Amino acid sequence: MNRRLVLKQLTAATLLAASGWMPQAMAAEDTIKVGILHSLSGTMAISETSLKDVALMTIEEINASGGVMGKKLEPVVVDPASNWPLFAEKARQLISQDKVAVVFGCWTSVSRKSVLPVFKELNGLLFYPVQYEGEELEKNVFYTGAAPNQQAIPAVEYLMSEDGGGAKRFVLLGTDYVYPRTTNKILRAFLHSKGVKDEDIQEVYTPFGHSDYQTIVANIKKFATGGRTAVVSTINGDSNVPFYKELGNAGLKATDVPVVAFSVGEEELRGVDTKPLVGHLAAWNYFQSIKNPVNTAFIDKWKAYAKAKGLPNADTVVTNDPMEATYIGIHMWKQAVEQAKTTDVDKVIEAVGGQSFESPSGFTVTMDKTNHHLHKPVYIGEIRADGQFNVVWKTKGPIRAQPWSPFIPGNEGKQDL
Amino acid sequence: MRIADLAARTRRQLSAWLLAMALAPAAFAAGVDPDLLAALAGDDSQARLEAVARLGQQAEPAAADVLEALNEDRLYATADGRVLIDTGGGGARDAASGQELAAMPGDASSVTINNRLRRAIGAALAGSRLFSPDPAVRLAAAQRLSGGADAALLPTLEKALADERHPAVRQALQVAAAKLQLQSDDPQVRRRAAQLLGETRDAAFRPVLAAMLAQDGQGAYAEPDAGVREAAQAALRAIDRHLATIEWSGNLFYGISLGSVLLLAALGLAITFGLMGVINMAHGELLMIGAYATYVVQGLFRAWAPAWLDWYVIAALPVAFVATALVGMALERTVIRWLYGRPLETLLATWGISLILMQAVRSLFGAQNVEVSNPAWMSGGLSVLGGGLVLTYNRLAIIVFALLVVFFVWLLLNHTRLGLFVRAITQNRRMADCVGVPTGRVDMLAFGLGSGIAGLAGVALSQLGNVGPDLGRGYLVDSFMVVVLGGVGQLAGTVVAALGLGGVNKFLEPYAGAVMAKIAILVLIVLFVQKRPQGLFAPRGRSVE
Repeated sequence: MNRRLVLKQLTAATLLAASGWMPQAMAAEDTIKVGILHSLSGTMAISETSLKDVALMTIEEINASGGVMGKKLEPVVVDPASNWPLFAEKARQLISQDKVAVVFGCWTSVSRKSVLPVFKELNGLLFYPVQYEGEELEKNVFYTGAAPNQQAIPAVEYLMSEDGGGAKRFVLLGTDYVYPRTTNKILRAFLHSKGVKDEDIQEVYTPFGHSDYQTIVANIKKFATGGRTAVVSTINGDSNVPFYKELGNAGLKATDVPVVAFSVGEEELRGVDTKPLVGHLAAWNYFQSIKNPVNTAFIDKWKAYAKAKGLPNADTVVTNDPMEATYIGIHMWKQAVEQAKTTDVDKVIEAVGGQSFESPSGFTVTMDKTNHHLHKPVYIGEIRADGQFNVVWKTKGPIRAQPWSPFIPGNEGKQDL
Repeated sequence: MRIADLAARTRRQLSAWLLAMALAPAAFAAGVDPDLLAALAGDDSQARLEAVARLGQQAEPAAADVLEALNEDRLYATADGRVLIDTGGGGARDAASGQELAAMPGDASSVTINNRLRRAIGAALAGSRLFSPDPAVRLAAAQRLSGGADAALLPTLEKALADERHPAVRQALQVAAAKLQLQSDDPQVRRRAAQLLGETRDAAFRPVLAAMLAQDGQGAYAEPDAGVREAAQAALRAIDRHLATIEWSGNLFYGISLGSVLLLAALGLAITFGLMGVINMAHGELLMIGAYATYVVQGLFRAWAPAWLDWYVIAALPVAFVATALVGMALERTVIRWLYGRPLETLLATWGISLILMQAVRSLFGAQNVEVSNPAWMSGGLSVLGGGLVLTYNRLAIIVFALLVVFFVWLLLNHTRLGLFVRAITQNRRMADCVGVPTGRVDMLAFGLGSGIAGLAGVALSQLGNVGPDLGRGYLVDSFMVVVLGGVGQLAGTVVAALGLGGVNKFLEPYAGAVMAKIAILVLIVLFVQKRPQGLFAPRGRSVE
């Protein structure tokens, strides 16, 4: 066998393998194309890959029940590779070249900010499924994740309550970028309004990918001698693992200094030894452990899908908040299209406001008519030894998002949005 | 009547009733009062807290059993109101009747607790644990009470103190009692208590002592007696001095620990880049492969030898070494060999390889991080300086491991034939070739050695952080920094540079914050390399050819 033949075969094999990632080309006539814009490689792949899979699962589910207006949905999956400018490029490609009716995608705030101009210019439609810092409201975007008042503020209120430990001092610990900085700015103003003084608040930032938390943990320990302390962590994704490991080994227990995290969910805990974390908290709008028929069906569907598609570690897959938000987003878009009887972006945008959907979180969530955010319930969960969460506190019902936080000066006039 | 009123009244009745029950003589010899159990398994958190407190005051072991089970998530409630304790191995015991059951009923669901209950249980159990036969349990209970005990417990503490013989437990009990005695009416007792708290030098007592010295609006002190104030002042000074010692030694330990991590990460690169001159951008991915090898070994141990699970890390070392050495040698033979002497092409090619390796791992193991848990002997830490500083076992193990690896590399380079050849080729490739050194093979082996050491480092890193496809990215820049700073081609330079960088970083961090410390380090390195491009130690190697 000569070398060229081997090369040819290799290339063919690679191409075949690559085509497995791509959606099958169908007859373009009777389908509606939808774009999926999530990083499948690079640093964000850890979080975003499962969102791509949930989106594909939801589309399959919709197609199996007859599609949208009698047409099948055709997913177009692109990989922006955790590269922020590439997000904009891929978004442009999806809208102007593939002519998708809607895009589901993005995770980090910086990727969302990078695609915004494209969606505005080409009048596209984006559903963004992740909790974020607020301070934004775009006609072309629907936000199915939480605004700060639907996650951060209830969590801190809980920490201050008697059940949450009655914390008097707060360490605001985050990765150094826009989401933690803005969230902590809001939280500081909120804590001031509750009478917490500046000397009882400590703001600490780490670089991206920080893995040495010795000094920070020692510092928290010292700070905690001054009174009941809680840590509010906006550490990004996988930097949480070394932080929690250090915390556990240094002997700081959740009963002494509870840590509430806004970016740690079931998916992140899959990569962690959860024994030392029991009792630490997370605030989300959905937990896999919530018991209701809709959620049970959602989890079963996801598990069956993972098994059928042979996803990596299919027997241990979990659901989490952004996955639920993706699921809600796709269904809301479908309902809106059916109501508007067209996929025309302007008409769909008009129809999405006011849509409601019975979500796995156990409540019927509604898209606000004016502010493009969902009314969502808030849950606070304690980490269990099996990597799931015990819900220890929840709101009575869905609460309305305040994308423009009243705790940031200059937002006073925007509260009715 | 409104529902809220009704609920409040029921709660009042319940608490009055609970109190009466607790005061009644122990009527349930075998088990625990079912009504307390019902409250415990209920939804009203106030009633649950009261039930925990009542159970803590009961002398029978069955009550303590229930609390222990609740604390460890082993308490279950059935739909028909029975409360069961999971006795392990599938068995269960009815907490109220003490009756043993062969199996946990299918409808039993776990009674969940939150942090507030966990704290309450700890406090409730601490009182009874003071009389445990095991000194370690007594010590933990006494330490727990020193964190904040109910004044009602003072007689219990004094009783325990009278019987206690174990010195460490005695001391802990005295401290716990002293904290309560600060509220005593007798200035003499208060003064003695303040002195005792000062002797512990524990920062946890700083707030109570500082509160005694606080002045109100009229300038009157919270502590009326001047003698007691003086004692409190002295105690505060002792605590503050001790805090400064803790901080300094803490920074030193953290610096050495960070340095040993940097050293491990950079050591492989010191051979491939330092000695062989290959700019290996895939070095980080070799670390990652080592970490994944650990994960695979852990999985095998879980499946085949669960009894030996705690020692999987030891078994992972040779596996990781061999796996990464093989990958490294394959890389050298297929790609890098053709690019010797062309640094730019090597850089691009190895960068491409690093992307390929990452994506390969992603396809094989998934994009998510995988779980690598610390074995029991590497979890937790060693308390020194009166508990002010915790030296975590995993970091101690890594410091020792780093020293061993350095020793191993030194031995290999200076006392083996392969090491001799490597050094010969580093000094003069042509001459070595002329005298019969098989340069091609030695290159391959040396690259394999460097990669294998990266694999060993991967095992260590898996014990500190997360194991995922991106693990290597964060360490690549740090590794190059260490090798360049230390002087290319110098083992000693690498060691000094790694420990130096770790130390400087950790002493800067408390003042400047993690972000600024990192930037400051980079600026310092840039300045240093301007002044001394050859690094800390002058090179002798290919770079001077």
